[in-house]
Amino acid sequence: MLRLPAFELARPRTVEEAVGLLAEHGDRAAGLGGGTDLVPNMKHKLVTPEVVVSLAAIPELGGLAVAEDGTLVIGAMCPIAKLAAEERVGAGWPAVAQAASLIASPQLRNSGTLGGNVMLDTRCRWLNQTFFWRKSLGFCLKKDGSECHVVSGGSRCVAAASNDSAPALMSVGASAVFVGPDGRRELALEELWSTDGVRNKRCEPAELLVEVRVPPTAAGHRGAYGKLRDRGSIDFPLLGCAVRLDLDAAGAVLDADAVLVALQARPARLRGCAELVGGTTPGSPEFAAAARAVAERAGRKARPLPNVPGDAEYRHAMVPVLVRRTLEAAGAGGGPVHPL
Amino acid sequence: MSARDVHGVEPPWGDAFSVIGKPHRKVDGLAKATGQALYADDLSLPGMLHAKTLRSPHAHARIVSIDTSRAAALDGVHAVITGADLPTPYGVIPWTQDEHALALERVRFIGDEVAAVAAVDEETAEAALERIDVVYEPLHAFLDPHEAAERGEPAIHPERKKGNVSKHVELEFGNVEEALAEAEFVVEGDYFYHGTTHAPIEPHCALARYTADGLLTLWSSTQITHYVHRTLSAVLGLSPTRIRVVQPCLGGAFGGKSDPFSFELCAAKLAMITGRPVKLLWTREEVFYAHRGRHPMHMHYRAGADSDGRLRGVDARILIDGGAYSSFGLVTTYYSGQLLTGPYDFPAYRFDSTRVFTNKPPCGPKRGHGSVQPRFAFEVQLDELAQKVGLDPIEIRRGNFQGSDTSTVNGQRITSSGFAECLDAVEHASDWKARHGALPFGRGLGVAGSMYITGTNYPVYPNEMPQAGVQLKVDRSGLVTCFTGGNDIGQGSNSVVAYLVAEELGMDHRDVRVVAADTDLCPVDLGAYSSRVTFMVGNAAIDAARKLRRAIVGAVAEAWEVELERVRMIGGTVLDLGDAERALTTAEAFQLAEARLDTLGSTGSYNTPTLGGDYRGGTIGASPAYSFTAHVVEVAVDEETGRISVNDAWIAHDCGRALNPMLVAGQMEGSAYMGMAEALLEHHEVNRFGLHAGPSLLDYRIPTAVDTPELHALIVESLDPEGPYGAKEAGEGPLHPAIPAISNAVWDAVGIRLRHLPFTPAKVLAALSERTPRAAGSEV
Repeated sequence: MLRLPAFELARPRTVEEAVGLLAEHGDRAAGLGGGTDLVPNMKHKLVTPEVVVSLAAIPELGGLAVAEDGTLVIGAMCPIAKLAAEERVGAGWPAVAQAASLIASPQLRNSGTLGGNVMLDTRCRWLNQTFFWRKSLGFCLKKDGSECHVVSGGSRCVAAASNDSAPALMSVGASAVFVGPDGRRELALEELWSTDGVRNKRCEPAELLVEVRVPPTAAGHRGAYGKLRDRGSIDFPLLGCAVRLDLDAAGAVLDADAVLVALQARPARLRGCAELVGGTTPGSPEFAAAARAVAERAGRKARPLPNVPGDAEYRHAMVPVLVRRTLEAAGAGGGPVHPL
Repeated sequence: MSARDVHGVEPPWGDAFSVIGKPHRKVDGLAKATGQALYADDLSLPGMLHAKTLRSPHAHARIVSIDTSRAAALDGVHAVITGADLPTPYGVIPWTQDEHALALERVRFIGDEVAAVAAVDEETAEAALERIDVVYEPLHAFLDPHEAAERGEPAIHPERKKGNVSKHVELEFGNVEEALAEAEFVVEGDYFYHGTTHAPIEPHCALARYTADGLLTLWSSTQITHYVHRTLSAVLGLSPTRIRVVQPCLGGAFGGKSDPFSFELCAAKLAMITGRPVKLLWTREEVFYAHRGRHPMHMHYRAGADSDGRLRGVDARILIDGGAYSSFGLVTTYYSGQLLTGPYDFPAYRFDSTRVFTNKPPCGPKRGHGSVQPRFAFEVQLDELAQKVGLDPIEIRRGNFQGSDTSTVNGQRITSSGFAECLDAVEHASDWKARHGALPFGRGLGVAGSMYITGTNYPVYPNEMPQAGVQLKVDRSGLVTCFTGGNDIGQGSNSVVAYLVAEELGMDHRDVRVVAADTDLCPVDLGAYSSRVTFMVGNAAIDAARKLRRAIVGAVAEAWEVELERVRMIGGTVLDLGDAERALTTAEAFQLAEARLDTLGSTGSYNTPTLGGDYRGGTIGASPAYSFTAHVVEVAVDEETGRISVNDAWIAHDCGRALNPMLVAGQMEGSAYMGMAEALLEHHEVNRFGLHAGPSLLDYRIPTAVDTPELHALIVESLDPEGPYGAKEAGEGPLHPAIPAISNAVWDAVGIRLRHLPFTPAKVLAALSERTPRAAGSEV
C-alpha cells in the first residue's frame, strides 16, 4: 500500500499547547483531526509535515452543545456522525445536519470531524493523485508544478472547495473560532475563504480552528442541503447546495439564502436569492416560479470547471436543477436532496 | 473423453442428495468473516525484504539508459534489478509472449515496469526507486485504437512486424450478405463498450523464498498457479522441479489475476539474488496499471430478421482496444465473435474483429471474457429488431431460441439449455406481461439473454493431459483430504470439492478438508478462468471419490460377507441395507478398508471431449457445456437529471445443477451487480496524457451497497449430461445480460436507445434532448 512519509507525532493536551507546537513548526506542522483528509494527502505527498499535531487528546475540542443563548457550538473535533445524528441540530439547523449526513461514508463520518471538513483542502482531479501519477503528469500549479491542467494557461489554482459542511454552515451564518499565538478570534465563515485554490482559507498556519458557532435560527426557519455525486455514498460533492428559508408567521418567505460548493476554490453564495423568493409562500405557484428564477440565475452565475472528476458541462446543467430542488425541499420542510 | 469424465446427474446413493443442493457455508467462510484467513500479504518470513517497482512515466518511450548505481548504494537496499536481469519474454498465451518482467528497451504505457528494488522496508525501497536514473526518448503514444489500426509506426511491438495490429480474426458461417439481403427487416448500428477493470479488494501480492538447496517457493495471489509455475521456470531458467507455487487465500480476482505477472517474477528473482525472502505488494494504483480488464470495443452490427422475427443473419465488425500487451488478447479476439452464437439460432454469421495495441494499461480477461461487449451490442440490437418487427422483446428471444442438444452456426456443440425456462422465470417474476410498455413514463422494464462457456477444451498450451486432477487421502480419523490444483478465488471451488467428495462417500462434508493450488502437493488444474473449475475439478473430484468409494464399499462388503449393493455410505455412517443392526461409522469403515487394502487414497481427473468447429480457431470458445441467462431489470429514469436508477434485477440462470444454491445465487447476484456497475458507473478511463484518469477506489466508482438494486436470483437447473451431477458454470454467465437489459429498460422508460457505454446521466440527457416523441414509435 501507499506508505506515509516519516513524521513526528505530537499529542498536546491543551489548545495552548497545540497552538504552541503549530507556531513553533510553522509550515512544517499539520494538525490532525480525524485524518480522513490529511492522511491520504500525506500519502500522496501533497503535504509532508515533519510534525503532525494530533488534536485527539484535547477534550474541549470534542464538544457539541447548544449554548444558553441558543447558539450551536460545534467543537472542531466533533465527529461528523455525531453532528449528523444530533436531533437538536436536525431540528434547529436542518441544512447543517443534512450536509453532515451526506459527507463521505458512515465509516468516514465516524472518523472525520466537523473541523476537518471545514478545513478540508481544495480538491482537483489533477491534484489528488499519487506522487508517481503527478510526476508523470508534470505536476500542477497547486503542488510541485507550474501548469494548470484545468484552465489552460491559468495562473491561479482553481481546485474546488469540496466540503459539504461549508455551504450549509454559511447558509445559517456560522462563524469559525480560531486560537492562534495572538489569542482567540472569531470570523464569519463567509470571510474565511479566498479564491486561491492553493490555500483557500484566510487563516495562519499557527491558527487552530477550535469551534464553529452557529447562531440560533428563527421559529420559521427551514433549511435543506442537496448534493450531486455519482454514488450514493463515499464521494465528495460534484456540486453541493445549501438553502435557508426564514418564514414569517403566515408562512411567507422573509429571508432566503443559497450557497453552492464544489465549483471553485471558495463556496459561493448565490446573490439575490432573498429578493426572488421573498414574500412567496412555499407550496404556492409563486414560490415555485421564484425557485425556478433562482435556479436560472444560479445556472447563469455558477460555472463549474473541469476540476473535480466528472463532466463539467453536466455539472453545469445540474446547477439549476439542484438549486431548485433544494429550495423546494427546504420549502416543504424536507431534504436532503440526494441522490439528485 | 472417457467414462472417467462423465458421472451422470443422479445422486450417487439412490433417491436424493445428502449434501448437494443445500445452502452450506463455504469451507473458508468463517475464516474470512473472522479475519483468520491468511492472504498473501498476511504472510511474513524471518529476514524478509520488501520490494517496490519503478514504473514508466511515459506512455511510449525508448529507454536510452538506466543507471541503478545510486539506488544500489543506498543503505538498506539489497538488490536492484532491471530488464537485463530477466530478459526472457513471457505471456500467458504461448503464441504471443510479448511481455518482460521489466522493460528491456521500450516502455509501452504509463505504469509499465522498469526496475525493481529489494530493501529492508518499503520506505527504503521507495527511496531507492527515486535514485534510479532512467533516460527516456519519448515516442508517439497511441491512445486511440482507430489511429493504431491505421498507423503502424512507431510500432508498439516492432518485433511483431504487423504494425500495431495485435490480432485479426475474420470468420463467416453461411452467406451473410445474402441472408441480410433477403431479410424483411435489418437493423444496423454502432455500439461502444468502454473499458472497465476488475478492482478486486485484495491488491496483488507475492512472497518469494529461495533456500540454500536451490528451491524456490512463491506464494502469490494468483488464479493460475500452474501457469505461474511454468512461467517462473521459463523466465528464471530454473527447472520446474525446483519451484513451488502456492496460492494463499485470495481476495477476489475476476480475471485480473489470471496472467503471470511481473511482481511474481521480480519477487522470485530478488529472493534468488539476495537469498532472503522477498515480498512484493502492489498498491491500489499499481493494480489499476496492471489492469487486464475488459477491452474497450467499437462495434458495428447488422442483424436481419424475417417478418415473424426469425433471425436470418448477423454481421459484426469490431475494433478492440488491447492496450500495451497481448495478454489473453488472441483469445479475446476470437471470443468477441465466437461466443455470440447462442442461445439464438441464426443461419448466417460473420465477424471481423481486430485487436490493436495502444499505449494504455493492457487489457485482458474480465468476468465474461470477450463476450460481454458483443452481447451488449447484440442484445440491444435485438430489441431494436423486435421494435421494427413489432414483437414483444421476450417473444423475439423465445422465437429465436436454438433449443438444447443442437449445434451453433459456428459449429459449437450445445448440450443442455434452460434458456427458455430462464425467459419464463424472469417474465413471470417481473410481471412482464402486465407491466412492460405499461409503466408510467420514466419507468421501464428491459430484457436480455446470453450464453457463456463452462470451461473451454482449448488448454492454454497444447497438451494431451487432463485439464484437472484431484487426489484424495484418507485418514484413520475419518478425515478425507482432497488435493486439487483448482484455484479458489472466492467463488467457492474448494467448498464444491468438499461437497462432492462428501456426497460420494456419504460423509459429513465438514470431515472433508481441501488443500488447493499448491504445485508441490496438488495435481495440476489449469486454473480459475473460463468458468471451468466447478465443471472440470468437480468431475475429477467425483472420479477420485468414486474410485475410493468402490474400494471402501468392496472392503466392507467383503468383511460383512454381503453383496456390494447392500452397503450404503450415508450421513457419516456405513449401513447394511439388509441388516438394520449392522452399521459402521465412516472412520470405522476407513480403518476396516485400510486394514484390508493398504493405505487408502485415489486420484481422479477430467478432460474435455473433442469439440469445436473444423476451422482455424474453431476450438476457441468450444466448451463442454454452456450456461444460459436471462435478465429483466426495472429502471427509473429522471428526465431532468438523466440519472438511471436500477430498482430491481431479476436474474434467471441455468447453472445445470445448483451444487450449493446459496453459492450459485451469490455468483448470480455478484455478476448482476458487476454488470450494472459497468453499465452505470465504472470507467477505466485513460486521459489525454495517457494517464489512468483516477487509479484509486475513490475515483473508480464501484457501486456501494446503497447503489445496488434488489437482486432476485432465479436458479434454473437443466441438468447437464456431462457436468458434475449436471452442474455448469454460474460465475460469469449471469453478468452478460445486465448491461443490455438496462439499455432496453431505458428504451421502455423514456424512449431512447443507449448504444454507448457507460450510460452516464449526461448521455441520457443528450439522447433525451434529441428524442422524438415515444408515441410516434420512431427510432432514435
